[in-house]
Amino acid sequence: MTTAAIVGSGNIGTDLMYKLLRSSEIDLQWVVGVDPESEGLKRARSEGLEASPEGVDWLLNQSELPDIVFEATSAYVHVRNAPRYREHGIRAVDLTPAARGPFVVPPANLTEHIAEMNVNMVTCGGQATIPMVYAVSSVVPVDYAEIVATVASKSAGPGTRQNIDEFTRTTSRAVSEIGGSTEGKAIIILNPAEPPLMMRDTIYCSIPADADTDAIARSIHKVAAEVATYVPGYRLIAEPQFDRPQAGETTGRVAIFVEVEGAGDFLPPYAGNLDIMTAAATKVGEEIASSLKAKEAV
Amino acid sequence: MPFSSDLDVRVTDTSLRDGSHAKRHQFTEQNVRDIVRALDDAGMPVIEVTHGDGLGGSSYNYGKSLVDERVLMKAAVQEADQAKIAALMLPGLGTKDDIKAIHEIGVSIVRVATHCTEADISEQHFALARDIGLETAGFLMMAHSISPELLAKQARIMADAGCQCVYVVDSAGAMILEDASERVEALVSELGSDAQVGFHGHENLSLSLANTIAAIRAGAVQVDGSTRRFGAGSGNTSCEALAAVAERLGIKTGLDVLKMIDAAEDVVRPVMDEECVLDRLSLIMGYAGVYSSFLKHAYRASERYGVPGADILMECGNRKLVGGQEDQIIQIAATLAKDAAKEVDDKAETAST
Repeated sequence: MTTAAIVGSGNIGTDLMYKLLRSSEIDLQWVVGVDPESEGLKRARSEGLEASPEGVDWLLNQSELPDIVFEATSAYVHVRNAPRYREHGIRAVDLTPAARGPFVVPPANLTEHIAEMNVNMVTCGGQATIPMVYAVSSVVPVDYAEIVATVASKSAGPGTRQNIDEFTRTTSRAVSEIGGSTEGKAIIILNPAEPPLMMRDTIYCSIPADADTDAIARSIHKVAAEVATYVPGYRLIAEPQFDRPQAGETTGRVAIFVEVEGAGDFLPPYAGNLDIMTAAATKVGEEIASSLKAKEAV
Repeated sequence: MPFSSDLDVRVTDTSLRDGSHAKRHQFTEQNVRDIVRALDDAGMPVIEVTHGDGLGGSSYNYGKSLVDERVLMKAAVQEADQAKIAALMLPGLGTKDDIKAIHEIGVSIVRVATHCTEADISEQHFALARDIGLETAGFLMMAHSISPELLAKQARIMADAGCQCVYVVDSAGAMILEDASERVEALVSELGSDAQVGFHGHENLSLSLANTIAAIRAGAVQVDGSTRRFGAGSGNTSCEALAAVAERLGIKTGLDVLKMIDAAEDVVRPVMDEECVLDRLSLIMGYAGVYSSFLKHAYRASERYGVPGADILMECGNRKLVGGQEDQIIQIAATLAKDAAKEVDDKAETAST
């Protein structure tokens, strides 16, 4: 079976660990971090995994190396690690915003970059919204797509907060590149309400004035169901809302409303934004694993 | 401590930014030139010009601008002789690129706004603004929703990041008297000489001017207003009334009261589609603690989905929505309409059995 390691034993790495432990395609063997006191490393050991606080150096010195590394550190760290994985012939699934490799969002382009040595998971907002942009753009041309991601304040860590521009820029770019719109815009909002709110996303797409709205609605439901196969808490919370062109506009628009409830593996269910990242990374990892298996079989 | 040797308090007019909400972001370049010229002549020290939701706000979610905000800011810079031009930005919507761009246009003050518990998302923007020589202010929005002590801690984060004046922002117009002064006092005592304190009010409970004077007495040295109250909700503190009241109280603002009164009537009013009034929905915003710019969106959703605007805004309050979550208004209205239709169906069913 395809072997894997997680680099980064924080919240994301630990949540990802529980998802990979359930995978029948991936044999998770190692979790590495930098803090000996890390809760994530303790939990990894109690699951019978090899865990070390000595980081990537330790991992790359093992006699046997993983086929796939999941990077759950920071963009800064991944920029340094990426070439080292490549030298050792290890595939990298990058959950940081480093974007060393092409963006992957499962329903839109899961298999397109499957042979790449490094793929990037965009951002939480991107994983939650780009499938919907893709759902619309596969039916009609989309000139403009805009997404609004609202996450509970408690689920936004210091990395996101200090680099909020990274989120806005990376997500905007991926909305158009992977979602398939000519132009993309992304907005993120943190809401401190108690009890914490579930992740909420609104996706707006421009559509032609004479668009077949029933066909678009069907596509939205179909892709949402597809996302729900790997993120069980992903759901539409209202029917898509269609507007005909307003005064001075040549295109109409559709508004799509999504909620993402986390699986509660390590992070609480309101943190659907983090859950969708780890779930999508697991899905991508499994796809890489089956492509490696197919290659061996040839 | 006064604002400077000339002014006890420095006023920023925000009719060309907060008023953008009331105008549904349809300002023309001529509107901006007319208002800036009149206010500049009346001695207004700072005039803010941006999309109502800040840099990059032109969008489906908040409303597309008729004219690119950078064109409007450039016109304002050209028109102003003594006034400084300011711009608002919200991290998560605007980025550092927007701050660099306005600096090149000649805007001299950037005001970075976050929800009142999320100050740490503004650190990189303050750092950049100071680096390139912009004056900075920070907005802690919806400041009614947390205690003075917690607000002061958030103000400290902004000040440490390079913010020169932290504003207590009553986005919902929900503060009543001591709410404003207690928050300003807490910030003044936390910040000392590290940063100034400001106040931005809304009229939704009819208290914006009273709150502004209370804030000044508690130590605020920068305050916002909008000429003719041209702003979101039922509008902002009236600049012309503030000028008059401040003069009577012996507070130096540098504003020419009679010129401000004329500018309000002759220049600003003709640009407005309608007066900003304290009607049912804006009063509900103050009462339920809802972000003022939701007003026009609630009207539109109410009309489209045939549900009462008041019900939409009360639900926004229940869900504790923060500034920027305009998208949820459509979702709430669509859900209310569906529930109402279901109720009618259920009744029909009961009647037929």
